[in-house]
Amino acid sequence: MAGKTLYDKLWENHLVEQREDGSALIYIDRHLLHEVTSPQAFEGLRLAGRQPWRRDANLAVPDHNVPTDSAERAGGVAGIADPVSKLQVQTLDDNCEAFDIVEIDINDVRQGIVHVVGPEQGATLPGMTVVCGDSHTSTHGALGALAHGIGTSEVEHVLATQCLVQTKMKNLLVRVDGKLLPGVTAKDVALAIIGEIGTAGGTGYAIEFGGEVVRGLSMEGRMTLCNMSIEAGARMGMVAVDDVTLDYVRGRTYAPQGEQWDQAVAAWRDLHSEEDAVFDQVVVLQGEAIRPQVTWGTSPEMVLPIDGTVPDPAQIDDPTRRAATERALVYMGLKAGQSITDIPADKVFIGSCTNSRIEDLRAAAAVVKGRKVAASVKEALVVPGSGLVKQQAEAEGLDRIFIEAGLQWREPGCSMCLAMNADKLGPGEHCASTSNRNFEGRQGIGGRTHLVSPAMAAAAAISGHFVDVSTWEEA
Amino acid sequence: MKAFTVHEGLVGPMDRANVDTDMIIPKQFLKSIKRSGFGPNCFDELRYMDEGQPGQDCSTRPLNPDFPLNQSRYQGASVLLARENFGCGSSREHAPWALDDYGFRCVIAPSFADIFYNNCFKNGLLPVALPAAQVDQLFQEMYAAEGYTLTVDLSRQCVVTPSGAEFAFEVDAFRKHCLLNGLDDIGLTLESAESIRAFEQQHRERAPWVFGAIQ
Repeated sequence: MAGKTLYDKLWENHLVEQREDGSALIYIDRHLLHEVTSPQAFEGLRLAGRQPWRRDANLAVPDHNVPTDSAERAGGVAGIADPVSKLQVQTLDDNCEAFDIVEIDINDVRQGIVHVVGPEQGATLPGMTVVCGDSHTSTHGALGALAHGIGTSEVEHVLATQCLVQTKMKNLLVRVDGKLLPGVTAKDVALAIIGEIGTAGGTGYAIEFGGEVVRGLSMEGRMTLCNMSIEAGARMGMVAVDDVTLDYVRGRTYAPQGEQWDQAVAAWRDLHSEEDAVFDQVVVLQGEAIRPQVTWGTSPEMVLPIDGTVPDPAQIDDPTRRAATERALVYMGLKAGQSITDIPADKVFIGSCTNSRIEDLRAAAAVVKGRKVAASVKEALVVPGSGLVKQQAEAEGLDRIFIEAGLQWREPGCSMCLAMNADKLGPGEHCASTSNRNFEGRQGIGGRTHLVSPAMAAAAAISGHFVDVSTWEEA
Repeated sequence: MKAFTVHEGLVGPMDRANVDTDMIIPKQFLKSIKRSGFGPNCFDELRYMDEGQPGQDCSTRPLNPDFPLNQSRYQGASVLLARENFGCGSSREHAPWALDDYGFRCVIAPSFADIFYNNCFKNGLLPVALPAAQVDQLFQEMYAAEGYTLTVDLSRQCVVTPSGAEFAFEVDAFRKHCLLNGLDDIGLTLESAESIRAFEQQHRERAPWVFGAIQ
């Protein structure tokens, strides 16, 4: 019999009941909540007279709606200018109070994007099943956890039963061999993978990322990679536990300590696929072949290396793809054959659950240090992923570097990734964004998002258009 | 939950691949703390000429004449015909809520994004995956005949065209059972409360660090 994959092990370790119809009851270790997808779930509990099954499984933090402007933020919940946003954040506070759920509130220094806060606090740990009403929950798979997004009905289901009814996914191994060239980051790897397999390439699969390149990534890099699994269609992405994982987890607030730490490490050492494990599908990329990536269209699979040119719909045979390409070119205001480096960056956004961790901010700061944002750039935001990331960055002087270069240094939150707060694009504006989705209207109605790494976004801020950060130093 | 057994309804088109959940229900409407009322903002950015705001009266907003679902022939459509990877993007259940509130009972497409697909079943909205060639045929028949309807039969797992042709589709036995009977799956899971407690007890011994840290 073939050996087990990491996903097989995580699944089996949480299997409560296997049913004859193929569905299974899976136990959930950690449930993260935020203000957007939880109110209707709490309302459901209330209507049915139910209580949370295990309150210490849950951790809540507001992130999507919170203002990132320091002045507005200083007023806490009461200070949120948009009354609808304020009500949603207030509702999370009220529900956590009523159901006795621990919340890191808007004024707490630990507040931030739920997918940055979870690992940072040790609230998400290797071997756990982790869910949250947010598709980027796949991020936590970087720790060797089984982590995925759920809808609001399932948020209510997990609150009430500590379980989910699931069917097992197929196993997909994405192996990135070799080494990355200078200037190429986890974000570029993630985008290159999506470019290769498409936004539906991972549908029905749990992805495990492996290979020398993945092993060589920091935890921050692995989180970036797993975060984007959903953009490849896979609800979950994961990386096997190794010393990098353990070094990251050790000493975090909610991580085990002392004897329990040793016991945990012994268990976590088993969290890898066996040598003889068989995957339903294997995709292999060569690290050296990956160039800094830029999306040109309205789906993350519409991505090219920085030296590429915008595709010509006339060259595409498949009618649905041709139509999608034509529509994307119109929406993005681009012409077939145009060089990626000719695309302007009207705005720059460095942040989001994909790229707002300390390593991301260091990479961006290294690029802008001693330089100035191009005069043509209307706004360049740096939004740290959490209050603790912000503190760390300030201790390292990164905030000064950004501010001196002409970028704005903001308070933590989801911000312009999905524009639920005041940070958004205007119609027709091109944005170099370190976020995860370039869908039409995602960052503001008519806004044109180009997904890139933090270093690439920083270089675009300085140049006013997209440039190859790996060769840019000499320019 | 609303049950789904057999539904016959007018078919409307969403003729593009990778329709994402931001397109189905844009982010500004996610600020609502309710489950209902998303229908008027379903496909908001495609459907109207202006920028929609939460709480606005949509009946007086300028409609986009180029958006197919705005055409009179598709008014009252309850079966949405779509292309590959429908519902990709975020996990927002507001997407099926919006489609349901608009009046759709069923979405037919060659493929769906996993989270969206799952969310539909929690809301009495049936996602039907058919081979791309069959979906293409349905698109052609729909465009050719005004008032084109389809019958979607969940118990027999097939889509029936006006000419009587039947296209079979797959659906998980558990999801089918819940949807046919309109079952509350929290209630169903709680029938296994003893198994959950027994598992939890073992799990606590095996992985004590999972429990109690967050207080």
